[in-house]
Amino acid sequence: MIETQEQSRYETVIGLEVHVELHTNSKVFCGCSTSFGAPPNTHTCPVCLGYPGVLPVLNKRAVEYAMKAAMALNCEISETTSFDRKNYFYPDSPKAYQISQLYRPIGKNGWLEIEIGGETKRIGIKQLHLEEDAGKLSHADGGFASLVDFNRVGTPLIEIVSEPDLRSTEETLLYIEKLRSIMQYCEVSDVKMEEGSLRWDANISLRPRGQQEYGIRTELKNMNSFKAVQKALEYEQLRQAEVLDAGGQVVQETLRFDENQGKTFSMRSKEEAHDYRYFPDPDLVVTTIDEAWREAVRATIPELPDARRERYAREYGLPAYDAGVITSSKKLADLFEESLGHTQDAKAVANWIMGDLLGYLNQNNLEPGDVAITGAGLGEMIGLIEQGTISTKIAKTVFKEMLTSGKAPKLIVEEQGLVQISDEGALAAVVDRIVEANPQSVADYKAGKEKAVGFLVGQVMKETKGKANPGLLNKLIVERLNA
Amino acid sequence: MSITAKEVEHVAKLARLELTEEEKAMYTEQLNAILKYAEKIGSLDTDGVEPTYHAVELANVLREDEVRPSLPIESVLLNAPEEEDGQIKVPAVLE
Amino acid sequence: MSLLHPSIEEIRQKLNDRELSVEELVSASLARIEQVDGTVGAFLSVHAEEARKHAQALDRKLQEGGPQGLLFGLPAGVKDNLNTLGFKTTCASQFLSNHTSIYDATAVRKLKEQDYVLVGKTNMDEFAMGGSNENSSFHPVRNPWNVDYVPGGSSGGSAAAVAAGEVSFALGSDTGGSIRQPASYCGIVGLKPTYGLVSRFGLVAFASSLDQIGPLTRTVADSAYVLQAIAGHDTQDSTSLNVEIPDYRKALTGDIRGLRIAVPKEYMGEGVAPAVRDAVKNALVELEKLGAVWEEVSLPHTEYAVAAYYLLASSEASSNLARFDGVRYGVRSDRAEGLIDLYRKSRSEGFGPEVKRRIMLGTYALSSGYYDAYYLKAQKVRSLIKRDFDQVFERFDVVVGPTAPTPAFKLGEQASDPLTMYLNDILTIPVSLAGIPAISIPCGSDNGLPIGLQIIGKALDEATVLRTAHAFEQSTKYHLARPEL
Repeated sequence: MIETQEQSRYETVIGLEVHVELHTNSKVFCGCSTSFGAPPNTHTCPVCLGYPGVLPVLNKRAVEYAMKAAMALNCEISETTSFDRKNYFYPDSPKAYQISQLYRPIGKNGWLEIEIGGETKRIGIKQLHLEEDAGKLSHADGGFASLVDFNRVGTPLIEIVSEPDLRSTEETLLYIEKLRSIMQYCEVSDVKMEEGSLRWDANISLRPRGQQEYGIRTELKNMNSFKAVQKALEYEQLRQAEVLDAGGQVVQETLRFDENQGKTFSMRSKEEAHDYRYFPDPDLVVTTIDEAWREAVRATIPELPDARRERYAREYGLPAYDAGVITSSKKLADLFEESLGHTQDAKAVANWIMGDLLGYLNQNNLEPGDVAITGAGLGEMIGLIEQGTISTKIAKTVFKEMLTSGKAPKLIVEEQGLVQISDEGALAAVVDRIVEANPQSVADYKAGKEKAVGFLVGQVMKETKGKANPGLLNKLIVERLNA
Repeated sequence: MSITAKEVEHVAKLARLELTEEEKAMYTEQLNAILKYAEKIGSLDTDGVEPTYHAVELANVLREDEVRPSLPIESVLLNAPEEEDGQIKVPAVLE
Repeated sequence: MSLLHPSIEEIRQKLNDRELSVEELVSASLARIEQVDGTVGAFLSVHAEEARKHAQALDRKLQEGGPQGLLFGLPAGVKDNLNTLGFKTTCASQFLSNHTSIYDATAVRKLKEQDYVLVGKTNMDEFAMGGSNENSSFHPVRNPWNVDYVPGGSSGGSAAAVAAGEVSFALGSDTGGSIRQPASYCGIVGLKPTYGLVSRFGLVAFASSLDQIGPLTRTVADSAYVLQAIAGHDTQDSTSLNVEIPDYRKALTGDIRGLRIAVPKEYMGEGVAPAVRDAVKNALVELEKLGAVWEEVSLPHTEYAVAAYYLLASSEASSNLARFDGVRYGVRSDRAEGLIDLYRKSRSEGFGPEVKRRIMLGTYALSSGYYDAYYLKAQKVRSLIKRDFDQVFERFDVVVGPTAPTPAFKLGEQASDPLTMYLNDILTIPVSLAGIPAISIPCGSDNGLPIGLQIIGKALDEATVLRTAHAFEQSTKYHLARPEL
């Protein structure tokens, strides 16, 4: 697919609208809880249900989280920000309007950087605004009816609108990943895609290479995973290219991606005229953001992934790739730094994170936050290897145990009796027994087959449940065979 | 500034109102009369005049991020025309 | 004379002296409703049983010597667009004919805290849209002074209930004159406070930037009592003003010597009926006698107010009323096929013609391409109207004029022409746009139909408005006249 794209006569232009749910305690305009997974409609009140006569009151923390996110994305912060009503009918929108921001968003004119092909590319962010989330619909009666759960209504959302600066699916994915990691670093959202706290729509158009003017775009919705956005964009690129190749014109419309069919479908029935009729919400007043408030919020922004990546390379000599992988997730980066309070060997820590930890996460479809291992544990475990208390092989067992139980490595080693056998006398006794029991191997060795050593080492390891100090064992076996 | 029967139809669609032919004709006529009357504000010079969204301008009305009790489910469903499993039931959303 | 006719002050005294029990008072109210409301039609629902129980509980409290709220034991009507927990709140709309409130409006909660007794919900123009009460989906209200005439609107039920002696006081809401105009038509006192003084939380929104709740009473002192109870900051309304509330009753000194009154020439022009102009002129003579001075002024943007108002109010209404979609509450059409049809049929069957007309107007005014020309322009006109008042208030304490250009008109007389109907509000709308307080008090009559005097004050200067109204009232006898029913 990527090849097709490169060979195409067309250049792809993509802009993204990313929605991030802010993890405040309460909703943006009422006091209902925002926690996920409650029984339907039990986190609702007259305000978020849009009952006649109710009024919204703005959550201060939601504003501050939006400011924080905007500043982390290098946006200008509006001195005066206000809310507008976006009017449309849909069963998941109780007031039949969404309180959003059109005229005076919290943040404008920001950017973030992605690394692609060894280069750094800056993607513009047009605006970042605060709004309220909608409810959730599920099918009933075999698809003839829908059930509405309003728990999610009113959860604060920020919408981050990029400039049409993305030129490929790959760039788009990198942009989303970077955005996700910045939001995670800022601790304004738990950015869990499977719970819908990070979602996005894409605008995509093609233009003949070299042309300045943008082509006609379509808006893609319903892409809930990295895989889906990749498939949807690739499908849509091909579809638009075919339309253009045939001399046709792309119709400007909203398309829904069907992941099962791998196709996009037009979303609006012709009956459904839409015109959002934005106007300033008369139930809310303006919010003015002075320098003191802005700077107080700015001070809460932690070191962001790009800065950390550079620092890891500089301070710990990590290869750029390793530093990039580790800093892509705040959890991983924090684990890395915490470990270094307990061991000096940064490269070893990086290897454990990138190898065993990421392998485990991928295999089990988990997030870095889902495992119990601590930085102290990882650092100490590396110390145990350095001291010769456990072998690297045993360490893998210990590591796995730490992932699930979070126990200290020393405790795991003690509980499971995993201390390495480095006592020469004790090990020599086992070696004697194994050598005597395998005369064929001895004969092979004498005949010049070095492989026999490996077999005997394996046998001793089996006998000692892997606890034999490998260096010592090797030395003892060779000595014994040559004796 | 006048509104055509077609625009009346479009507006009714936006507002999710179903109008009879008679109503369409009536609203076209009445809205035109009202809009004609409203034209007079168009002639008023408002250059440099800021809009007033509220008579008494307030700013920064914010609440602390504190969770308050939600409604019991019985109250949520008390007025529901149709419900199932604690949720509001509607005809399927067409896709 | 009815037990209800004495002022709130007098009733409080009688209750304290055990000359009267709350139960007697509430029973008198219910009896009067029973007697006259079949004719007047002021109520959409009467909660006799609950009111009696509440009265008995208050009597026990009185016996036990517990603290008494400001409105202790007073039977009242609440406009049916204010939420009253556990009771129906229909906004006089077919759409909400089955709707039960699941919470109390802040103003209602505050009345409860002052021990009032809710006897029923009052009739109104559907969703407060109208000036004659003919837009109620259930039945019209009749003017107690002449049942062939309208009581005004949209708080026509509240005004008629007070005028007919069915309750001690009532709450109404005023968006463009909906408290003052029916008060004027019914010969009672109606106060629209400064925008933001009384919380709007729980008031079913018509036009959010204009709606205000206020009292309808038989005397100015009663108005001060009720305002005292309902005014004040509310954290549930972002547009609620966080200001100290003065003691309004203390403002009623009877002394208006040196008071500077402005009389806008635009309020006394051609469109105002001669009888109304005469009544206002007589009132000015009376105010002069009391030591006030008056002068003619100009509010030059008055003629633009109605146009700006209908664009703004309808735009906001089109959005505010979108929530009535038949999904979570209200009457859902049983003829609908599919979701969009459900919206359309539920709304079309549930809303009356005036509501649809304003939704149409507002939807159009906000639709793509028209926002600047209509909504934004109207908000700028609003600034000019506000500026007119600001300039006058630099030199004057109050602005005085008629409340409405004419006394009440006959039922059905204007129903066919919405624009004429809108122009009845020409003298109340500028005040709404400016967000300032104004009261209507009786100042005469024409052919047995009352005429109202409007006294307009600076923002948050309800005290001066009440003081002026009270001084006038105490030196005249208009407020003592009672309709015969």
